[in-house]
Amino acid sequence: MKGNDVIIDIRHVSKAYSGKKVLDDINLQIKKGEFVTFLGPSGCGKTTMLRILAGFLAPDEGVVLLDGKDISGTPAHKRPLNTVFQKYALFPHLDVYDNVAFGLKLKKVPEDKIAQRVKKVLKLVSMSDYEDRDVDSLSGGQQQRIAIARAIVNQPEVLLLDEPLAALDLKMRKDMQIELKEMHQKLGITFIYVTHDQEEALTLSDTIVVMNEGRIQQIGTPTDIYNEPVNAFVADFIGESNILKGRMMRDYRVAFIKHEFDCVDAGFGEDVPVDVVVRPEDIYFTTDPARCQFKAKVNSCTFKGVHYEMWVDTDTGYELMIQDYDPYEVGSEVMLYIDPDDIQVMKKERTENTYPARVVEEGKVELLGTKFACNTAGFAEGDEVTAAIRFEKVELLDDVEEADLVGNVVFILYMGDHYHLTVKMENGENIWVDTNDIWDKGDLVGIRLAAKNIHLKK
Amino acid sequence: MKAKKLVSQAYLWLILLVLYAPIVFIAIFSFTKAKSLGNWTGFTFELYRNLFTGASSDSAALMSALKTTLLIALTASVFSTALGTLAAIGIHNMKGRSKNVIQFVNNIPMLNPDIITGVSLFLLFVFLHFSQGYLTVILAHITFCTPYVVLSVLPKLTQMNPNTYEAALDLGATPSQALWKVLIPQLRSGMLSGFILAFTMSLDDFAVTFFTRGAVGLETLSTYIYADSRKGGLTPELKPMMTIIFLAVLVVLLLLNLKNFRKEKKKADV
Repeated sequence: MKGNDVIIDIRHVSKAYSGKKVLDDINLQIKKGEFVTFLGPSGCGKTTMLRILAGFLAPDEGVVLLDGKDISGTPAHKRPLNTVFQKYALFPHLDVYDNVAFGLKLKKVPEDKIAQRVKKVLKLVSMSDYEDRDVDSLSGGQQQRIAIARAIVNQPEVLLLDEPLAALDLKMRKDMQIELKEMHQKLGITFIYVTHDQEEALTLSDTIVVMNEGRIQQIGTPTDIYNEPVNAFVADFIGESNILKGRMMRDYRVAFIKHEFDCVDAGFGEDVPVDVVVRPEDIYFTTDPARCQFKAKVNSCTFKGVHYEMWVDTDTGYELMIQDYDPYEVGSEVMLYIDPDDIQVMKKERTENTYPARVVEEGKVELLGTKFACNTAGFAEGDEVTAAIRFEKVELLDDVEEADLVGNVVFILYMGDHYHLTVKMENGENIWVDTNDIWDKGDLVGIRLAAKNIHLKK
Repeated sequence: MKAKKLVSQAYLWLILLVLYAPIVFIAIFSFTKAKSLGNWTGFTFELYRNLFTGASSDSAALMSALKTTLLIALTASVFSTALGTLAAIGIHNMKGRSKNVIQFVNNIPMLNPDIITGVSLFLLFVFLHFSQGYLTVILAHITFCTPYVVLSVLPKLTQMNPNTYEAALDLGATPSQALWKVLIPQLRSGMLSGFILAFTMSLDDFAVTFFTRGAVGLETLSTYIYADSRKGGLTPELKPMMTIIFLAVLVVLLLLNLKNFRKEKKKADV
């Protein structure tokens, strides 16, 4: 029975543009009537995925099943899916009525039936009196309604929406979100939605698919994704969070910011490095010394409309963000605690940089396409080895001329007392760096690896 | 201040006078019978009458040259509009370097002197053993007109929302339906200006026609007038014909501008 509920089944879909992988082995099942959102930063592959579903692109590998049938080879105009485009893509030479009737006319639906159905959808999108209007004379929000009407008048099994609200102003966007949600309930068809706006995704979706760099990071309900992010990327992308280095002491006991806390996670092993996420609204102030887990000094306090956002410096030298309904004076000493429930422990994706390398001669290895000096004791010339470099041992330089490698900062994570950077190098490989220096996303940086910091392993 | 304005006004009118005096001159003397230009022998419509009745052999030949010219221009501009539009769509969808290369190649025929285009086409046709006549002239005209159409359609494609073609496919249109129902209507104004450009380029071409018409006695207006002037003295009926052509062009331009003006006004009203 459960198998019959699946309307779209994406299996092992991969896609590369001129050698660069934009989708890497995507697997996803979408249920009939579900509101699914692909969420991720620009360039994460979400729009490519949508275009593959619509039939504008063919995957390099993998298949897409619709109702159990492989539609990978079906051209766009034969797929029972309709798309709402980001920039509306209305036909400027046709009026509102002819835009909406376009699909039905192609299907040779009788004129009177067309008129009936067009009227009905225009009413659904609250655009009843606009039939004869030129589409150019409509506002952005009105154009988007017509674009939605033009798609749903064909009664598709699945509606694809490519950032449909991105071009609207904030107020309009909020209103349209509510309308879209209502429309989804009224129509009962499957919505597949693409956005980079996490709030929009949390508001609208039944299921969120968080993507980054062509891979699915996490699939879950909005509450799952918010409360239990599986990795630092998801935690950082969805909502505000304190992401910190931690160490799992034993089951139900985790150490971070140089304090130990009870938690609800187990099964990581003993004395294992982990990442810890604490949402800013989950750190509580107390006046009871018995409840206090650590002390801090309020560093800044800003009113954000509903709550106050405060940065505090802990007694152990970490910076944390706290949201609370009550403000605390800047400079004051406060006592804080965190509930075990609110500590989200995540397995570390990696603990150091590792790359395949080859010993070229004594004291020299080749890795990432460049030769480096390092200690090769215990290895012979020509040995294939693994080179490991600790995050904090990677040196970043302003001057790319002086560097061994060059890359761009693509992702920055503040870890309470240092920054964890992802630097994408020219050869497409990533190197992860812990640093106290402030870099900006997109900065071009030089990378230097000192001989003593490259450790070779079999 | 006032003097400055006066001078600039005077300058403007002087330029306009220099530009339009020759045409006005021809138009005026088209209403008199004198053979040599500049002689006014009294107002008459006789030259106009001769032109349309073919009273003299010269005027008949002139009229037939006009018909040939219009036929060639119409055929060549229809084909180059079709060809150029498709080429523009293709070029628009190309990427990166090859797109730049093709656009550069498209510009060469426009900058290439006509005489070189004419001679090289002549040599090509001879080499291919094409018998020269209508067909070769039309082919030659299509060759030098198409780049102009490409150039006037390309900006329309750039302005167009790239998703409209996909939207048509998405709504169930086959690629050719999407082309006819969505792409072409949006490119219409660019195609029209390309067509008009091609038509006028073909209309007054001399060098290319001269080299590709062969020896079958094909005469367009420009080749006829060239031959005529060498025989000694232009056919007097040329004057009314020039006047009519000028007026026709003027009317077309006025209509086009009026249409644009109305469209802009409509947009401004909304």
